[in-house]
Parts: sequence; C-alpha cells; structure tokens
Amino acid sequence: MIPISIKVSLDLVKSLYAKFIDWDNEMIDLETSTRSHATNTAISEDLGQVEYILTDKTGTLTENKMIFKRCCISGIFYGNESGDALKDVELLNAVASGSSDVIRFLTVMAVCNTVIPIQSKSGEILYKAQSQDEEALVRAAAHLHMIFVNKNANSLEINFNASIIQYEVLDTLEFTSDRKRMSIVIKDCRGGKTFLLSKGADEAILPHALPGQQTRTFAEAVEQYAQLGLRTLCLAWRELEEDEYREWSLMFKEANSTLVDREWRVAEVCQRLEHNLELLGVAAIEDRLQDGVPETIETLRKAGINFWMLTGDKQNTAIQIALSCNFVSPEPKGQLLLINGKTEDEVCTSLERVLLTMRTTNSEPKDVAFVVDGWALEIALKHYRKAFTELAILSRTAICCRVTPSQKAQLVELLKSCDYRTLAIGDGGNDVRMIQQADIGVGISGREGLQAARAADYSIGKFRFLKRLILVHGRYSYNRTAFLSQYSFYKSLLICFIQIFFSFISGVSGTSLFNSVSLMAYNVFYTSIPVLVSVLDKDLSERTVMQHPQILFYCQAGRLLNPSTFAGWFGRSLFHAIVVFAITIHAYAYDKSEMEELSMVALSGCIWLQAFVVSIETNSFTIPQLLAIWGNLAAFYVINWIVSALPSSGMYTIMFRLCRQPTYWVTMFLIVAAGMGPVLALKYFRYTYRSSKINILQQAERLGGPILSLGNIEPQPRSYDKDVCPLSISQPKNRNPVFEPLLSDSPNATRRSFGPGTPFDFFQSQSRLSSSYSRNCKDN
Amino acid sequence: MSKSYFMGHYRMGNCTEKRLQTIIWFSTFSTLGVHDVHAGFVSVTGGSGSFVDSSFFLARRSIHPSVAHSRFTQQELPACKPILTPRWVISAFMLVSLVFIPIGVASLFASRDVVEIIDGYETHCIPQEFRNDKVKYIQTPGVKPCIRTMTVPKHMKKPIYVYYQLDNFYQNHRRYVKSRSDVQLRENKSENDVSSCEPEDIANGMPIVPCGLIAWSLFNDTYNFSRNNQPLTVNKKDISWKSDRDHKFGKNVFPKNFQSGKLVGGANLSSSIPLSEQEDLIVWMRTAALPTFRKLYGKIEVDLQKGEVINVTLENNYNTYSFNGKKKLVLSTTSWLGGKNDFLGIAYLTVGGLCLFLAMAFTVVYLIKPRRLGDPSYLSWNRNPGGH
Repeated sequence: MIPISIKVSLDLVKSLYAKFIDWDNEMIDLETSTRSHATNTAISEDLGQVEYILTDKTGTLTENKMIFKRCCISGIFYGNESGDALKDVELLNAVASGSSDVIRFLTVMAVCNTVIPIQSKSGEILYKAQSQDEEALVRAAAHLHMIFVNKNANSLEINFNASIIQYEVLDTLEFTSDRKRMSIVIKDCRGGKTFLLSKGADEAILPHALPGQQTRTFAEAVEQYAQLGLRTLCLAWRELEEDEYREWSLMFKEANSTLVDREWRVAEVCQRLEHNLELLGVAAIEDRLQDGVPETIETLRKAGINFWMLTGDKQNTAIQIALSCNFVSPEPKGQLLLINGKTEDEVCTSLERVLLTMRTTNSEPKDVAFVVDGWALEIALKHYRKAFTELAILSRTAICCRVTPSQKAQLVELLKSCDYRTLAIGDGGNDVRMIQQADIGVGISGREGLQAARAADYSIGKFRFLKRLILVHGRYSYNRTAFLSQYSFYKSLLICFIQIFFSFISGVSGTSLFNSVSLMAYNVFYTSIPVLVSVLDKDLSERTVMQHPQILFYCQAGRLLNPSTFAGWFGRSLFHAIVVFAITIHAYAYDKSEMEELSMVALSGCIWLQAFVVSIETNSFTIPQLLAIWGNLAAFYVINWIVSALPSSGMYTIMFRLCRQPTYWVTMFLIVAAGMGPVLALKYFRYTYRSSKINILQQAERLGGPILSLGNIEPQPRSYDKDVCPLSISQPKNRNPVFEPLLSDSPNATRRSFGPGTPFDFFQSQSRLSSSYSRNCKDN
Repeated sequence: MSKSYFMGHYRMGNCTEKRLQTIIWFSTFSTLGVHDVHAGFVSVTGGSGSFVDSSFFLARRSIHPSVAHSRFTQQELPACKPILTPRWVISAFMLVSLVFIPIGVASLFASRDVVEIIDGYETHCIPQEFRNDKVKYIQTPGVKPCIRTMTVPKHMKKPIYVYYQLDNFYQNHRRYVKSRSDVQLRENKSENDVSSCEPEDIANGMPIVPCGLIAWSLFNDTYNFSRNNQPLTVNKKDISWKSDRDHKFGKNVFPKNFQSGKLVGGANLSSSIPLSEQEDLIVWMRTAALPTFRKLYGKIEVDLQKGEVINVTLENNYNTYSFNGKKKLVLSTTSWLGGKNDFLGIAYLTVGGLCLFLAMAFTVVYLIKPRRLGDPSYLSWNRNPGGH
C-alpha cells in the first residue's frame, strides 16, 4: 500500500517538475530561441542536491564565438592599447603601406585554412568553417583588406587591395589534435613559387622554427596573450624548393594511400616538410565569456557548490578564464596550487606539496584551487589515486587543463566514488562521456551542435540558466519531493497504525477496521490530490533564493528528507493514529460501537487530520491548492454519501446517519484540535525560537521590508575587455611552483569596476563565510 | 485586431484579468502533457475591459509553437503565504480554547443529565451452589429464571432504552465478522449461498437460514419488567435500523434449519416470522466494533419516577461464562449526545484547557523574550566568523 501510492504520486509529480523546466520562460535562449528541456524526468530533485559542478570551458563558459583581437607580427604588438587589433591604426597603416611581414601574415591568415567562402546573392561573402578559429582569422584578414574570395578544387583567389591574387593549392596537411597544427602548400600563380603556410599551437610551431630565429619574442607574446585568456595561434611559412616539394609530394601521396597506420605515417611525412619555418607572428583570438557567467558561478559557489573546470585548453588561458568568471577569487583570498611534472616522481612530489599546503590552509577561510594538466593528471590518477582523491575532497575548486574526454569522465567518476553528487555541463561532443558519467548531465545546445544536449539529462541554451535550473527548479523539486514522499509515508502509516491498534481490541485476529472500499479509496482519492497539488508550493520566492543561494545547503545536506525528519513524520503518524483511535473508541463506545459507523468515524478523522496536516505544511497557498485541500475534504463526504446511498453497499445509510449525529461532528473537531494542537505548537515554537534559515528568510520575505542588508544583486553586464584590460601584462618572473600568489601585482583586477564599500563588496566578503559555513555544517 | 495583438499587452479590468487567469489555468491544466499550449497573452496590465471575451477565444485558439505563458506554467500563481506569527498562533489557540471549553461544559452536562441504571447480573443469576461451575449450570437445559430489582435514582423521561451489555465479547473477531451471508439474509432464492458461513453453514445436509456464527450466537436472555407488581411493557418494535429492515433483511426470508445442529449457540428463531421482522436478530447482526458493547433490547415508553423499584424477571440463558464474559442490563435515557458518556466533555475541557495554557504560555514567552521575526542577523552567513 505504501510503495504503490508513493510511486504513483512521485512519478506524476516528477513529470510535472520536468514540464516546469520545459515551460520556464526565463530559461529561453532568446538568441536562438531554444527552450530548456528536461529529457530525464526522474532526477529533478537531484539538481537541488548538487555538490560538484564539472564544467567544460569552450562553448560552455564562453560563447564559442571567436573574434580576432590581437596579434604580434615580427615582434610588434598590435591591438594592445585599444584591445582590438582590427582598430589599431598602426596595423592599418602597416597594411596600407604594404609592409611585407604584415602582408605575409595576412596571407597565412586568409589562406592557411579549410574555410569555404560562399558568395551570396547580395555579393557578400559568407564563410563556412569547421573551426571557429579559422573563421575568425579569415574574417579578420578580410577586414584588413585581404579578402578570401573564392575557392575551387585546386585554386583559391584572394582579393588584396582590389587586386586579385590566385594561388594553386597543392596539398593540405590537415589538423589533428596530436599534431596541433595544420599546413597548406600553395603555388603562387604569378611568381610560380611554392610556399608552405603553417599555423598551430605555440608548442607545435616554435620548435620547428628556422634555427637562429629569435623565437623568444613570440613565446613571450603567446604567454602574454594566454594571460589575458586569449587563444593563440602561431603563424609561420617557408618557401619550398621545387625539388624538395616534388620529392616530398611523392612520399605524401604514398603515405596517404597506406592501409596500415596511415595516420601515423601521414603525420610523420608532414613532419618532414614542417621544419625550418619562418615565424611570422602570433594571432590572438578572443572567446568571450557568455553573459552572466561570473554571476552564475559566484551565486552557485555561494550556494556551496564546488566548481571544477575541465578544459582542453592551455593552462594560462584556463586560469585567466577561471579568474574572470569568479572561479577562483583573486589575491589575497584566492590561491592557486599547481600540480605539474613530466615524470612520476615530479608529479608525486608536486602532489604531496599541494596536499600539504591544502591541509594547512584548509582551516583558514581561503579560496584555494589546484591546477593540474592532462599529463600530470594521467600520472596522478594512475599511481597516486588516493592522494589525488584526498586533494579532490579538500579542494573546492580545480582547474584541469589539457584533459581528454576520457579523463573528464574519470574525474567525474572519482568524485562520484567519494559520494558527491556531481553535475557535468558541457556543449560539445568531447563532453558527452563526462555528461553521461555524472549524476546529472547538462548539455548546452550551442554552436558545436546538439551532441551534448542530446546525451544530457537537461539541455539549456546558456550557462547562466544553470543558476535557475539548480536554485529554482532543483531546490523546489527537492523540497516538494521531500514533503510528498514523507507525507505519503505518514498517511499510509496513519492507517496502518490504526489498524494495528484495532487488532488489539479485536482479539488480534486481523479484522480490518476499515471496509475495503475505504481502504482502496484512501490512497487513491481521499489523500492523494491535496499532496499532489503541493507541487505548486514554494517555501521561498525565487528572488529570495537567488539572493541567498546559501539556502541551497538545506537541500545538499538533505535536511528536509533524512532519518530524523522521517522519524518526525513517523512520530506524527503514530501520534495521530493514537488520537484518532483513542477518541473514536471512547466517543463511540457502548451503544454506538457499531462496526461500520465506528470505522467511518475513524476514517473521517484521518481525512480531517490530513487536510490540516497538508495545510500546516504548505508554505504558500494558491487557489488550486486551497481547492484541492478543502475540495478534497468535501469530496470525501460526497463520495461517501454516494456509497451510502447504494442499498447493496455494506455502508448503506451510514454516512447519512453519522452526519445527522452531533456526536460525529463533536468528535471530528476534537480529533482535529487534539491532533493538530501539539503539531502547531511545536511547529510554532521551532519556527520562532529554533528557526531554520529557511524560516528566517520566509519571515523576512513575508513581513515585507528590505530583505537583509545586502540589497539586490542584479546581474551586471560585464564585458570581457573591461575586466581584463586593467590587468598588467608583465609576468611575475620568479614564481614558486606551489605557493603561487595569484596576480600579486593587481589584487583586485577582476573586481575593479566595483569600488570598496559597494554592496557587492560586502557580498563578496560573505562568500568566504558561507563557504566555511557550509563546510562546518557538513561536518556536523 | 492585428497580429501583434497576440504578442502585445492586453488591457483589461482587474477582475476579468483574474477570471481569465483562472480559465487559462484550467485550460492549461486540462491539457497537461500537450507540449505547446499557448495561453495567448504575454502580460496583462490593467485598463479598460473591452476585449475580454474575444480575447479569451483568441487565447484558446491560438497555438503558438514556442511560447506557453501562463501563471501556472511559470509557477507564478498568486499565492497567499501565511507565516506563523505569534499573534496568529496565540489567537488560534485562544479561539480553540474559547470554543472548546463551552462545548465541553455542555457535553458534560448533557452526559450528566442522562440517567442510567446498570445491573451486572452474570454472577448473581447463578445460584450459590453452582458458582464454582457456572458453565455447567448455564449449559444444563431448562429455564433458569432470576429476579433482579433496580431502584430508579432520578426521574427518567421516556423513552427509556433497555440495553444488554456484554463485556469481553469479541464480536469484531475476523472470523466471526465474516461468518454471515448478506445475500442469503436479503433474498429467498439465495438460501444456498452459505459459502462464507463456515462453520455454521449446513446442518443435517441442509443450508441454515440465517447461516453463520453471528446469527448462531444470537443473544437469548430475556427480560420482563414490572413496577409495583404491574408489568411494564417493553416495546420491541423499531429497535433496529429501518434501512436494515427494508434492504438488508428480506421480507420473504424465513428462518430454516436454524439451531438444529449439534451445538446450539444462542436464541432460536420462529420460522414463521420473516427475517425483516426478527428485530433482535437484526440488532445482533449489526456487529459491534469493540469488545464491550450495548445492544438495544427494547424501549420503555413511560416515565419512571425517582425511587421507584423495578423488578426484572430475567431468563439467564446466554453462555458468557465459558469466556469470562460479563452481562449487564442497562436502562438509560438519552441526550443530544446519546447515552451517558463523559469522555467527550472531559476531552473537550482538557483540549480547551491545554490550548488556553499554550496560548498563555506563548504570550508570556512572547512578552518576556520577544524575538524579531526574519531578523537577518540570525542567518549564520551574516554573522561574524567568530560567531560560530
């Protein structure tokens, strides 16, 4: 009787939670007009209990909309002042004056790619690219008058300063994630010369530079740009001798047609051509943070959720993004601990040191994060799993860079094995494994397609909706489920206890006090509707929850559904059973002790009590709820009158007889008062003198007035530039590998826009309290 | 009425707005599961109420693929959010105590007004010499008369109900309760429907009417009352429920083969009187839920004066001795709450008193130790780090 009623109500209610997510107008991505969607209807309440969020970077935190921002061409930095190289007068002048370095740089930008230009009817050129980076480069080149116009099977056209230059494409050395670069071999149709144009990650290009060339400036440029959170690409070229190319071309063709190990062979052959490269410059591409990402992360971190960033990007880029989106607080509160090393021993010592620091600083209210790269992670997971697990438990924040999809999944697995509830969020195909591994997978239906969104339990349009998904939908779902499941136990136990008590006065023979119709209808009709409508219940308004995300702790720690609350409901059902039973058998003793009547009196007592129990546990009454609670009570009488009107039924005329007796009504009121009085008194006492945080916020919210001194925190529209620009570009030279103060020379760089003393400042200082608060509470 | 009408703001009166909300809520609710219910308006602002009816129709008809906005889907239904303020709780307890104490007093008075004469006779009606083996005495065939006298303590107004009370008699035992055939009691043609009547279903190869343990154990003590040597008539008509006589016990069902088995349980029934007129049986067949119960024997329809002595000549037939059951004869008047039962009155007074006490206690606590509701300083994350 218990499991069935719970199962049915929970399933009904859960599908409604999912519908609420689908319906939510505040989670529509207006740009692409995609709604949020809950694919999995069964785990909405788990959303409210998330402890770890593992997030991808590109496309999840960022928009995945690449824009060419800066470049460094043969040692000259463009775009550092304005923040946009395309508006840099010097660069424009250099292009106009035809500086050969700049033109070669632009040529590589425009040509070395797999972009396909499409001429639209209006004469505009649209670029179709697999890689967002390439598209950004081609667009930027076009902006600088090097317009990639046309591409046929073997030739491409470039329009530079109104003159058409044609190239013949000889070979394309494609990009693979191992090589981390791509090259193209072209032949200038006018001069007849053959060139190799390459672009790729710094570590894939710089080692292959022409010996003797000064690579240091480029390396510094790369470092600088990474500090700003920009993605960097090194561009290089080389003029090829006719013979050299012809010889290589044969090998390349042969490699391409191998059947065994072709990928490896091709890579090897490519390697033979890509050397002695002449470095042209470094292009920096910005991937803007999505709107509201810092606020979302800050709010969720305040809610006691730990964030891990898992990205395939470079360490510096990842750290910068992490800083700018509140992943880690800047100095002096935040601290980054690096785990690196190429060998087992190096990783081991590094890991030990980080652990030691972590243990000592854990007592301080500091925001400590560790940074690990894919290689070290591989070693740590393989050989030092225990130490790494301890680190994972100690650390609230982690940045894992250069990780593969399977490592992402492994990290999720690691956290799950520590009994944490994990949520993985990502947008691309490389996040699918992580999303599937996590307790809750959230996919962002972004530019990289729907792969992640399809695999996920929830798909949202933008990262910032995660806040609403967790704090509003997750929290409400958890609260509602907690009430509903415990209430279902309560109501079923109530009937069971009464039956047990009755068995003691019926010679322990197992007579059912209630007739079979009542027993059946009790769970189906009499008690299910009021509690089902409690899905509309909201303990706190959405605004209050958003302002006090710390309240999510009650869900994470399972404060509303645990053995002690369950014991409370158990006790309540026992108490109510005693009340109903004792009052019924005493009020209906002697000449009134007729079986059918007595059973209806006890049943009505239960129904009356449950209406009041639902009422007292409801925080906000909407019209449907009021209708359900009291309409249900009325329906109970209507149903019983109908049954009592059927001469063939066992309880023929019973309900009419009872309703005519004053004793019946007097008994009902007595049951309600005796049953609810202590409950109300206890609840009032706890509500007023032992109030939980939820109670306090409820009181604050409903008594009106300003809710706390914190003021309203509206999401601030932040642009990436505003925060990053003031950053000093100079690199701290002597860094301690473990105890690295974060950006010591610009302490409040990411928060410059807010002066001291603003509400935000106050709020920020709260976050660390909250973190220690939630930790402490969790220890209890 | 342009297309932008769907997307724009409706202007309508306040009450119609609410009506529309309600209707839309219902329409949405009724189509739960249909993915794209479009409620047809985006936001509602106050203003003149010109478009209301037509807009309602439009609202129902227009199905927009992406927007489903109603207060229900957005979980924004207007809600009343009461909180347990001291004033509210204290006045609730006050109110309950104020209502309950008078009701308690009234019920107690009602119960005290009832005059009740109880006479337990199960031991007294056994002759002294048989008191060691009561079962043997009761099982010996023959008339076992017994005379009891009762004095009326107070004026008793008619009608005076005559009950027999049995203690420690488990009429609610599972096998006892089930041992009856409602169909057989109701219809003549179903006299063979005795499958549920084990073990009193068939005797001498014939079905028993009425079958089952309940009927078999029919109470068979009889009482004859006299006052001043004048017989006091006991009206045994209309002591059972009319609904039972009309619908549960058949007019053309006659006792048959009853109490003819080896073991005789209780009273025998005249086979010439249909079951619907066998009121003692009908009363008995309404099984009691508690092991102590009273069943109506008859009504005395004259007033009894204080101090009058009533002689009861009873036949002690019913065997409650084998299970230590007690038998009592009860004469009682009634009040608006029924018979004499102080429980409700005392319970009401207790609950009312407790509520009064709680109201007082809460008031005192509230006055001595006021606590500001919703004080943000109680939020631990607003406290100093040293505070915890």
